[in-house]
Amino acid sequence: MPGVAAILRFAALALLLAFLLMPQSFAPLFAPLTQYGAPPIYDQGNLLTLALAHLGLVCCAAAASTIVAVGLGIVVTRPSGAQFLPLSRTLVNIGQTFPPVAVLAVTVPLVGFGEKPTLIALFAYGLLPIFENTIVALQTCPPQVLEAASGMGMSARQRLLSVELPLALPLILEGIRLSLVINIGTATIGSTVAAKGLGEVIIAGLLSNNNAFILQGGLVTGLMAILLYDALAGLERRICRTAHLE
Amino acid sequence: MISVENLSKQYGATTVVDGVSMVIERNSITVIVGTSGSGKSTLLRMINRLIEPTRGRVLIDGNDTTGEPAHLLRRRIGYVIQGHGLFPHRTVAENIATVPRLLGWDEARIRARVEELLAVFQLDQGAYAGAFPHQLSGGQQQRVGVARALAAEPAVLLMDEPFGALDPIIRAKAQDDLLDIQRRFGTTIVLVTHDMDEAFRLGDHVAVMSHGRLLQYDRPAVLLTHPADPFVSRMTGVSDRAMRLLSLTTAGEAALPGVSDGPAVAASASLREVLSELLWRGAESAAVMDADGTRRGYLTIAAILERGRPG
Ligand SMILES: Nc1ncnc2c1ncn2[C@@H]1O[C@H](COP(=O)(O)OP(=O)(O)OP(=O)(O)O)[C@@H](O)[C@H]1O
Ligand SMILES: [Mg+2]
Repeated sequence: MPGVAAILRFAALALLLAFLLMPQSFAPLFAPLTQYGAPPIYDQGNLLTLALAHLGLVCCAAAASTIVAVGLGIVVTRPSGAQFLPLSRTLVNIGQTFPPVAVLAVTVPLVGFGEKPTLIALFAYGLLPIFENTIVALQTCPPQVLEAASGMGMSARQRLLSVELPLALPLILEGIRLSLVINIGTATIGSTVAAKGLGEVIIAGLLSNNNAFILQGGLVTGLMAILLYDALAGLERRICRTAHLE
Repeated sequence: MISVENLSKQYGATTVVDGVSMVIERNSITVIVGTSGSGKSTLLRMINRLIEPTRGRVLIDGNDTTGEPAHLLRRRIGYVIQGHGLFPHRTVAENIATVPRLLGWDEARIRARVEELLAVFQLDQGAYAGAFPHQLSGGQQQRVGVARALAAEPAVLLMDEPFGALDPIIRAKAQDDLLDIQRRFGTTIVLVTHDMDEAFRLGDHVAVMSHGRLLQYDRPAVLLTHPADPFVSRMTGVSDRAMRLLSLTTAGEAALPGVSDGPAVAASASLREVLSELLWRGAESAAVMDADGTRRGYLTIAAILERGRPG
């Protein structure tokens, strides 16, 4: 049902934009959630600016995770790097299992408050899906295709760049998408260490006992995650279709 | 000419190719047969150094192949494997252009070569040049695989069970095409197969391998009439060896001077086919005709049967 999907997608986007651009027009909806005449709409900063800062933070972290995870994935799937696979896997797994909040606690004393500790936490948290997908994709390239590539006289580097990576692209993109979406939610914790982002709205709500703020922070983050997931899935399909990878 | 000198491959304590020596003539087809696991593929892949030999060496036209980087050597040697191994993300034309691109040919030359090969392999340029491998039938994919291997005009073509996945009719067609191409480009072909009919049909020479060793390497008729080892007779088949022998000679080669009022047969037909035709028609003799319709001579059943005996 592409028709229904398109309508839902459009409705979600319209709702998000309307809320970010004209938050005050939603005041009557949120008013019942407040008590003692507290403001129904977040008023300690511009919601649009916060949303963009939030997105920027997540994208920067994802770019760094991608470079490191794909690079590492390539190294450990080469014959010369295979011995590092278990070690790399362990490190990347620690990045995912170590709670981001704990990463913040460890890094703030080292790099100070603000964006930096948050970027580090998101970077570590987002490595795993990209790393694992890269490895699976590179390890499951059809052996006959690889044999043909070598048999034709491609060097190891030519084979990697013109055969293995293009064939691995769909799975790698999927890993990047998962990593991005997970981190849209995770990035809200950055506000505990003064990184600009939508976590501010939620924390303000918790501090002033204002349920409307908490809900707004959560809704905007959730909508952004859904829309980003959807947009990246579409982009992936398009890339794969033009490259005939499906 | 390819000289294989005392070539061996060991994995740990197991020897999978054991001291193989053979000289493969230029412009000929050599077929390697043997049971599964006898080391055929390993031998083939040591020729283009996809596998590095443990001992021994390979010379192509007198030059030791270990003297150059393996990937550069492979660009001069065509390679076809079962299931073709086409690049799924590249079009037919791009697949065929792989080695010329690696060699840095200019675009015009690449385009001309791709067009030529598409024509040779009866793949319509408009319909197939831009198609992707998954859009082709198995037989077409296989042809593209061979075209890709021949793209940079290699003097040597290695084929590992190239027709293994094709049905009998398409396979026979692919074998005919290969013979045509071998004549047209004068390529030296080394082909591995499990199919003895294919070996006898294509091979100028046949090599029989068992447990990593080369048991016999000879013309197909000699393999039948003078097997070096009981294993060779078993491999080539005892029950129909007389018919196999007949299939190695053409009517034109065996024709006797004179005329016959029996059915006409083509000079290019094998004696096996002529015998079958005569039995079917209940005739005693056949007139042998060249492709242009001139009489070449005649054949009788007795003369054919004479040729089905060793020595
Ligand atoms: N990398 C390897 N390590 C250890 N043994 C190997 C390796 N590659 C091949 N072998 C062994 O070498 C032997 C010969 O293998 P090869 O592929 O050359 O056989 P083949 O004659 O081509 O068989 P088939 O007809 O089944 O293709 C087999 O017993 C195989 O198990
Ligand atoms: Mg084999």
